[in-house]
Amino acid sequence: MQIYADNAATTKMSRLAIDTMLPYMDVLYGNPSSLHTPGQKAAEALFSARETIAKYLNCEPREITFTSGGSESDNQAILSAVGAGARKNKKHIISTAFEHHAVLHALKKLQKQGYEVTLLDVHENGLITPEQVKQAIRPDTALVTVMYANNEIGTVQPIAEIGKICREAGVPFHTDAVQAAGHIPIDVKAQNIDLLSLSAHKFHGPKGVGVLYARKGVPLTTLIEGGAQERGRRAGTENIPAIMAMAASFAYMCDRIDEHTEKLTALRDRLMKGLGQIPRSILNGDPTRRLPGNVNFCFEGIEGESLLLLLDAKGVYASSGSACTSGSLDPSHVLLAIGRPHEIAHGSLRLTLSDENTEEEVDYIIKSVEEVVERLRAMSPVWQDLLAGRKNYVIKQCKNYAQTLN
Amino acid sequence: MSRVLVAMSGGVDSSVAAFLLKEQGYDCIGATMRLFDNEDAGFSREKSCCSLEDTEDARSVARRLSMPYYVFNFMGDFHTQVISRFADCYEKGGTPNPCIDCNRYLKFDRMLRRARELECEAVATGHYARIEQKDGRRLLKKAEDKSKDQTYVLYAMTQDQLAHTLFPLGGMHKAQTRKIAEEQGFLNARKRDSQDICFAPDGDYAAAIARHTGKTYSPGKFVDRAGNVLGEHQGIIRYTIGQRKGLGLALPGPMYVCEKNVAENTVVLGRNEDLFSTELVAEDFNWILYETPPETLRVKAKIRYSQNEEDATVTPLPKNKVKLVFDRPQRAVSPGQAVVLYDGDYVVGGGTIVPSE
Repeated sequence: MQIYADNAATTKMSRLAIDTMLPYMDVLYGNPSSLHTPGQKAAEALFSARETIAKYLNCEPREITFTSGGSESDNQAILSAVGAGARKNKKHIISTAFEHHAVLHALKKLQKQGYEVTLLDVHENGLITPEQVKQAIRPDTALVTVMYANNEIGTVQPIAEIGKICREAGVPFHTDAVQAAGHIPIDVKAQNIDLLSLSAHKFHGPKGVGVLYARKGVPLTTLIEGGAQERGRRAGTENIPAIMAMAASFAYMCDRIDEHTEKLTALRDRLMKGLGQIPRSILNGDPTRRLPGNVNFCFEGIEGESLLLLLDAKGVYASSGSACTSGSLDPSHVLLAIGRPHEIAHGSLRLTLSDENTEEEVDYIIKSVEEVVERLRAMSPVWQDLLAGRKNYVIKQCKNYAQTLN
Repeated sequence: MSRVLVAMSGGVDSSVAAFLLKEQGYDCIGATMRLFDNEDAGFSREKSCCSLEDTEDARSVARRLSMPYYVFNFMGDFHTQVISRFADCYEKGGTPNPCIDCNRYLKFDRMLRRARELECEAVATGHYARIEQKDGRRLLKKAEDKSKDQTYVLYAMTQDQLAHTLFPLGGMHKAQTRKIAEEQGFLNARKRDSQDICFAPDGDYAAAIARHTGKTYSPGKFVDRAGNVLGEHQGIIRYTIGQRKGLGLALPGPMYVCEKNVAENTVVLGRNEDLFSTELVAEDFNWILYETPPETLRVKAKIRYSQNEEDATVTPLPKNKVKLVFDRPQRAVSPGQAVVLYDGDYVVGGGTIVPSE
């Protein structure tokens, strides 16, 4: 059996996305900036994609900028808001300790340039409270950036409440919605979001294309200079095939959020329950306020790398922490941020399901993880130390996944 | 077909080792150990997230040989088992050899554990050394190519490790390796100068220690053996026994670092002849040739990697120590360095030199 359970890393492109893409490669291949008919056809298509995305985010088409993906959108959103703030002498940024690296590394760079960054504590359940944001806002705060849903542990932040606080305080609010878009409802107006990033390949669209939503009146700084595409906010001929596929995929997924959520939540809970039966295992992130397809566990005495290698051999494709470009694993900054000690943050397993997964597959995953954990523990010197009482367990023994740390 | 985990650095030797095993019909998995961040090695964060170039070279060789390939993150183990020991040894006035610790704790321990998890029978590396079985013991033997022999850095291998290790290059000459690499197109793999200390690529090991410990090593006095102050040194970790150059002193005659006194933060300088000694004690001694060593034994001993063997007599002491008496006085016996004993081509054993009483 081969089970892809790493949909937070990337998803399979849907047939719909592929079919939508193809004609824009060999039939409607014009450049939307051209004057002639093929060019105008391309421009119309581009506009329709912008309209579709805008409709599903509940904003205006002109508030949508097409980018190369989530990382570019995050960078442009942050640099834009911070640039605008700096002109008013505001040099303080609020974010959280477990953002995606596209945000954290951009903030680190700004810190070196003299900006002050407050990273909010995300607590053991992987959630921040609106009150924390409220308390952190200062007169010189230029930006609040809080991810919609976490890429590792899937926890969904109280975005609407944070948006309201920011709007009332007059502080621009950006959210990295890469993991949320297409999976849970987003309404930028109702949620008072000023800037939002999303990426097509996380919802069965193509890689290398994304969106930056910027509310009218929130100026964008260009990262790429050149032609006047995207109203001058992002130069370079638009990647029309990918943009069309992204729009089609986004519409399809947004129309089915309720249906998918119901199906995925049931699969997720089944998986969490099954893995929770493994001795000395612990769920990471809030059990309910999380993405419908996200399951993340730590297993005591085990290394994430070994776990993944052996699951791979069984045809279960999962992930652990964030992958470095080389393909090796770093201890997860997300798990450290929710207070998991180093020794168990190394033994994490992220399984992210899509609506294509089945109950049968979930059961196979549970069985495989059980077997692999048992085998690795039998070989693990750390586990032997724990059994012999030479070391203390970090994870308490409980009967279900709502376990706590010792 | 037996399965082997090949430790691949991206360099010529381990690439050829992988090729040879594949030729011999082994089911090979390639792996590169990720040991430190560029940041730890003093490179800027912007360059890349890890030593990507090396892993890309190794990955391309593995792909050409149709081997599965992984990068293992052993940064945590490397940090505690190698860099910390290294810093600690220098702080105590010794001269450590981190490659030996890396082989001991990473390549033939961590990697072997991974190999077992992956149901591999052995770890293979591109070291120039041989393993032989004799009377139920696994023996470590010098490489066919004596000029490339690396047994000095492998002396700490246990019987279990030796039983689960392959050195495909042990019977090869470097020229043969190079020829195979050329034929297979592995020479494109960048030729790295073999660095003394991989985590201090600029050679500034003192800066690497300071980065690691976060300490500053305060200047102190250079003194002669009578205690007379000769000048100021730049921190005790910056000097090694036997060193003459780079002391920054104008002295009437040649003076050498003879001793580092950590308690007083002084570096003792002396004449060349003061550096010679005929005896040493080594601890943490690993016997390979014998399960129970004889009471005394005539051996050839090597007290640093690139040094000729010297005749000596070894006597086992309690607590895994040995006493070694050289036939001729030896220059600059440095605590922290390894002493490795040979009987012909076979490694008798080895240990870490301790400071003399």
